Amino acid sequence: MIDIQGLDVVFGHGHKAFHAVRNVSLAVEKGQSFGLVGESGSGKTTVLRALAGLLDRVATVSGVMTVAGETLQQQRSQAFRRRVQMVFQDPYGSLHPRHTVDTILSEPARVHRLDRIEERVVAALEEVGLNASFRFRYPHQISGGQRQRVSVARALITDPDIVLLDEPTSALDVSVQAEVLNLLMRLKREHGLTYVLVSHNLAVVAHVCEALSVMQNGEIVETMGVQQLREHSSSMPYTQQLMTASLGYDRGAIDAFEEFGQ
Amino acid sequence: MTTLTVRDWLLAEVPHSKTQARCQRIFISWLAFKRNPVAMIGLLIIISLIAVALLAPWITASDALELDLANRLQPPGSEHWLGTDELGRDILDRIIWGSRITLYIVGLVSIIVVPIGLVIGIVAGYIGGWVDTFLMRLTDIFLAFPRLILAMALVAALGPGLENAVLAIALTTWSPFARIARAEALTIRNSDFILAARMQGVSTAGILSRHVAPLCMSSVIVRLTLDMAGIILTAAGLGFLGLGAQPPTPEWGAMISLGRQYLIDQWWVPTMPGIAILVVSLGFNLLGDGLRDVFDPKSGG
Amino acid sequence: MSDSPLLRVEDLHVTYNTPTGLVQAVKGVSFELGREKLGIVGESGSGKSQTGRAILGLTAPGGEVRARRLEFEGTDLLHADNRTMRRIRGGGISMIMQDPKYSLNPVMTVGKQIEEAFLIHSNDSKREAYRRTLEMLRAVKIREPERVYRAYPHEVSGGMGQRIMIAMMMIPEPSIIIADEPTSALDVTVQLQVLAVLDDMISERGMGLIFISHDLNLIASFCDRILIMYGGQVMEECNAAELEQAQHPYTRGLLDCLPRLDGSQHELSVLRRDPAWLETRGETS
Repeated sequence: MIDIQGLDVVFGHGHKAFHAVRNVSLAVEKGQSFGLVGESGSGKTTVLRALAGLLDRVATVSGVMTVAGETLQQQRSQAFRRRVQMVFQDPYGSLHPRHTVDTILSEPARVHRLDRIEERVVAALEEVGLNASFRFRYPHQISGGQRQRVSVARALITDPDIVLLDEPTSALDVSVQAEVLNLLMRLKREHGLTYVLVSHNLAVVAHVCEALSVMQNGEIVETMGVQQLREHSSSMPYTQQLMTASLGYDRGAIDAFEEFGQ
Repeated sequence: MTTLTVRDWLLAEVPHSKTQARCQRIFISWLAFKRNPVAMIGLLIIISLIAVALLAPWITASDALELDLANRLQPPGSEHWLGTDELGRDILDRIIWGSRITLYIVGLVSIIVVPIGLVIGIVAGYIGGWVDTFLMRLTDIFLAFPRLILAMALVAALGPGLENAVLAIALTTWSPFARIARAEALTIRNSDFILAARMQGVSTAGILSRHVAPLCMSSVIVRLTLDMAGIILTAAGLGFLGLGAQPPTPEWGAMISLGRQYLIDQWWVPTMPGIAILVVSLGFNLLGDGLRDVFDPKSGG
Repeated sequence: MSDSPLLRVEDLHVTYNTPTGLVQAVKGVSFELGREKLGIVGESGSGKSQTGRAILGLTAPGGEVRARRLEFEGTDLLHADNRTMRRIRGGGISMIMQDPKYSLNPVMTVGKQIEEAFLIHSNDSKREAYRRTLEMLRAVKIREPERVYRAYPHEVSGGMGQRIMIAMMMIPEPSIIIADEPTSALDVTVQLQVLAVLDDMISERGMGLIFISHDLNLIASFCDRILIMYGGQVMEECNAAELEQAQHPYTRGLLDCLPRLDGSQHELSVLRRDPAWLETRGETS
């Protein structure tokens, strides 16, 4: 479904150039949940945004990316914009503060000239567990978890095949996170969606994904099936250290931590 | 009975339409604004200005243009509350008629300046690159002109008159609005909701008009009300120099200009229109401060 | 002396007067802190940060703090005058906050800020301050203390910034540190390294630590005792080692809804909030 070969992303020019992503290749099958894991600065979000086509004015992107058989050009096609949607990390920042939920949800339908817009909006709200009373509220009138549900609803309006998820629950309370993760899993099953999930939280990835790549400093360190992650087995020391750190505070283990340099 | 229903509609827990939601938001902003007594004074002054201008034919005794030389330079008294000027015209009436001109100037300048500044600013801020550079240098050129010099140049080219004065003021006033709109657009353009709009396939024009512009409006409006005082004073200054409204039009600045030679012995002749300018400028300033507190409570004191 | 608690909090209330009515951020919280690591865990709005701030008298304007007892090493914090509070803040109880970007002064070098923290609470010379600052930077495992001394906050990484905060807060030798989400903005390996530094210093100096966080797993593995807060009240208090045997349905709910690294859940169980938890409880033990 998604195939990335030799992706390179460079911000800036000349001696100030910053190589955010180096030679990243990965493949995601149809209906799969693929995780991109790493610490800050690893390039995982950059890969997602490069795939989404959101970097065209700010970075130089090279490499070949294919989505559902279509090779991606610098300008994404309308078909791509229908097929691929994204859910962002910050529930406060991803909804326009002056737009009602109804406006936010109808916009994609209008842009793609879909029919029966009102029906779609109400249906999308119901799918994410929000009733029609939310339609004309403003983002500041609803909670963080509800905002994130609206983001998910917005991603569903065009009936996409692929949803890119950029740390969708990192900014939420743990109890709300559980609800949103359950929602995402259910929607994936019901709509046969393909997910690419970026997260720094290994437990979330272990729960949601079937395969993952670990990134560091713009490169892929290791690609593995989720079983390896769940069994805490990896051949790469960086991945091992990340897994150990995710288990919690262990004074003895910390002394053994290495600096995996820049 | 009807008032109760309207208020209920405005305070309803769940809005049932976009219009209702928008009205509710405005209503809540209004409640916040109302809590500021100084801002309410500003609003009152501006409403009075508008009321006075609208009701001019009914509240004035004369059309303030006819000469009555026998009555010239009368001090304020029971017949002429603010006195008469050097041509015997009632000053109060002239001020009331002059309010229409003030509103005309202010309105016309606003209509020209806000759209131009907003559009140039958000296009420059959002698109960036050479478009930004070009538009900002253009803005800088106009920013560099002292208002009065440009006005005089325009008047030399086009001839004196109120419309030309308005044009001159507009041309020197739009630049700061472009800068403000650009600054807001720069902040907004990397927001997640803009990225989300791009993800949806919204065109650049769509993003600018539906996403960026609404967020820049409040800063621009606040700046406009705060600049209003300056606009009025510039118009008055042009009138003072004889470049704006021509006699016998009762423009407040022109009144001060013609009356200044009487300042010592017949102080009311230039002073009354001066007070009018002061009050209206103050009104706009207070209103602007109040609006800023409602729209962006974090900025300034 | 080493047996009596450093801090005694009894029936603490923090109430805010807002345009929409009274908001009770903290409703009757009681606990004691000895030379140990106490974790206060809760979701947003639980009142955990407000509790920490109330102890130091840093409640935002508009908030009212009441308690039956709020005592630090015998001193009454509730009725202390400004001079006493200034002495205690930093010198007795210190606070580390979440993001060094916002809590370090961006226009002063790191070294100057740490020196300032030292000189406020002592009468020593500038030379002594310089010496102690370098010593402190070494103690928080910063490898080139002279270079970092001259650096500005924006020039150092997040993890180093937090270690600098720790140095700054430890240098006046307080008895208690209150850490409010000190590692939430950091990567997971850096988080643990920073906590290790904090852990070592606290044990060496026999200090008390109040660690406020939303991360139940982290607190359970780092702290000795845990307080679980919800709706401004303490729902449960237990030893970190016994967390799995927690009784209160809220605690159990939180534990159950966490995704696990071994991927053992099919669907995450969802916390069912019982409105009864919000009712004002009596004294808990």
